[in-house]
Amino acid sequence: MLSFILRRLGTMALTMLCLTMVVFFLINLDPNLKKLAISQTEMHTSAEQLESWLVNHGYRQNFFSRYGQWLGIVPKQPVTDPATGKPARRFSFCNDPVEPTFSGVLQGDFGCSTKFKTTVASKLFPALGATGILMFWVLVVMVPISLLIGILAGMREGSRTDRTLSVASIASTATPEYVSGVIFTVIFASWLGLLNGSAASASRGITFYNFTLPVMTLAIYGIGYIARMTRASMVEVMTQQYIRTARLKGLSFGSVVVKHALRNALIAPFTVIMLQFPWLLTGVVIVEVMFRYQGFGYTLVEAAGNNDIDLLLGCSLVSVFIVLITQLISDVGYAFLNPRIRVQ
Amino acid sequence: MQLEYIGAFNVVLGVLARFWPVWIALVLVMGASFAYKKRLGLYGQLFDSSVGIVGVGICLFWLFTAIFASTVSPFNPLVQIPIMKDALPGAVEPQSGLVYLFGGDKLARDVFSRMVYGSQIVLIIAPAATGFALMVGITLGLPAGYYGGRIDTVLSFLANLVLAFPVILLFYLLVTPGIMETPIPYAMAGLFFMFPIIFFSVLFWTRYKKRPDRLYILLGLTLIIGGWVYAGLVFDADPFRIIHIDPNQLNIFVAVVFASSPGVFRIVRGLVMDIKTRDYVAAAQTRGESPWYIMLWEILPNARGPLIVDACLRIGYTTILLGTLGYFGLGLAPESPDWGTAIKDASRLLRSFIHPALPPTIALMSFVLGLNLLADSLREQSMKD
Repeated sequence: MLSFILRRLGTMALTMLCLTMVVFFLINLDPNLKKLAISQTEMHTSAEQLESWLVNHGYRQNFFSRYGQWLGIVPKQPVTDPATGKPARRFSFCNDPVEPTFSGVLQGDFGCSTKFKTTVASKLFPALGATGILMFWVLVVMVPISLLIGILAGMREGSRTDRTLSVASIASTATPEYVSGVIFTVIFASWLGLLNGSAASASRGITFYNFTLPVMTLAIYGIGYIARMTRASMVEVMTQQYIRTARLKGLSFGSVVVKHALRNALIAPFTVIMLQFPWLLTGVVIVEVMFRYQGFGYTLVEAAGNNDIDLLLGCSLVSVFIVLITQLISDVGYAFLNPRIRVQ
Repeated sequence: MQLEYIGAFNVVLGVLARFWPVWIALVLVMGASFAYKKRLGLYGQLFDSSVGIVGVGICLFWLFTAIFASTVSPFNPLVQIPIMKDALPGAVEPQSGLVYLFGGDKLARDVFSRMVYGSQIVLIIAPAATGFALMVGITLGLPAGYYGGRIDTVLSFLANLVLAFPVILLFYLLVTPGIMETPIPYAMAGLFFMFPIIFFSVLFWTRYKKRPDRLYILLGLTLIIGGWVYAGLVFDADPFRIIHIDPNQLNIFVAVVFASSPGVFRIVRGLVMDIKTRDYVAAAQTRGESPWYIMLWEILPNARGPLIVDACLRIGYTTILLGTLGYFGLGLAPESPDWGTAIKDASRLLRSFIHPALPPTIALMSFVLGLNLLADSLREQSMKD
């Protein structure tokens, strides 16, 4: 088991290395650098001035040396101030070293955000915290509801309850966040006036009034999927021999479901719930933009929209990490929950 | 100048009337399918359950809407008629006397016509991109599952690499105006669009190796048609100017294929690993058939059930992806009538006007719902066998 986890961690590190390199390459394509230079300098700058801005800020160094610097395996070189000729900080708003040091992601330095004029860490981690709160409430709503729907539907396959709930969960998987968000806002904010169509104020304090719509919107897309998986797993368990035995020895239907079926039926949905995180990540971006909630997704869109290289790299690192770690947890957890599976 | 309005009942009647070519086509196709369902195989079996009928109905509805878009929609989706700015549903356009059935948007365009034309964009890109993703996934998934070993390790690692990208990040990196100045989208298009040609060439080669008369015709056709489409799509050099794709659409297309082919790869690989242990595969191996013959003519036909179901779900998912792209304003032109862009435009103004938001949302939802119902009923029917 331990060697399995270690091997998985090794693959994970390799994957992250490859992915960050790809992201680094795509962000640093020439048109993107030009766009960054244009947005960072004043209007109407000539092509030479743009080029010299890029050179002065170290964007024209060798690709691999820059990637190494970002990673922290190559010492980060300070840039030379053209006016004084002395080494200077790359950006005045964050404390880049003035002498060559190893200062990259491995040392905990995520770099400078050119859009927000601050360090990436001071922007990214509060945003992650805000998204964490959103995710927590989404899971609190999504998991019990979807498991309940799945179990009720799978308990008696082919019954009217089953068919109704199945169609309802298919409908919910057909409703992406930007659709359900609009529909919920129209119903609850515009017509009924019960809830706030914007979660901008949620950064200062979460209330039922401003946080329900984002949570609802984000949960609805996942509910259908998890419910369908739970239903499939429940249907399979209900046809097993031991369920028939339990029923034949005179146990009531309810007690068979709760005592015998439930535990075995919940193994598969666990994996599905863990693998929902990558999907939630996309949903989070849509919902945070739609409801103007200042979290991780909002930061990602701002970073991508303004070509904020270090911030976007930080965001990709975090999201890729989340995807990979949830995959690992789901595999390990599955092996723990299901005694029939032994990891070689 | 005051606009004239027609009542809600007349709006409903008007919408139903505008769709007349769709209704006729729908009745003809559904009637014929229902009458001959015994002879139509898997497709005919769909008509045995109400879920299947509803699924087929919704999908065909949007298909015919896309085909007859120019007849169904009363206005040009891009033309702005200033007096109709933010007009409520049922407003009569004074000059032509036609009605803005679902009202006008903030740029005074007809919401109804935009919704109808939006279906065209979705119904061209989503199935086509899914088709290419299937080709890529199948061509790579078959050897990975069949041979296993190193080739499987490398291909699976690459697939997991792409799958580990959150979709939205992938799109923000791959679908930008800047990237179209670089050769990356064209290189990726050149790579992906090779797969169908390779697939069909190998398919015919393995089957008709011993029968040159058939082989040369089929191979020639594959190469001519494939090469023609390839030249048109990748180099925009179709000599007849029939196949043409805008650079930004090519970019979207490539990004969507890139994002969804690893999923197909994983499914195909899993299916192949399961099927290759069957007796008929062992029989073919004993006969001395070549590995690619076994993969393409023994294993693939037996994996078609789950693949068809997955394709249906995947078209729906691709539709959602296209909507996401439109919602973030990536790739598609800002005035494009596709549903995602329309939802983006309308959702910013929800506080003042809600009518431009509802038609595209309901359209997108119903189409994806139709595909999901179709997939669900297909799965149920194929499990009965």
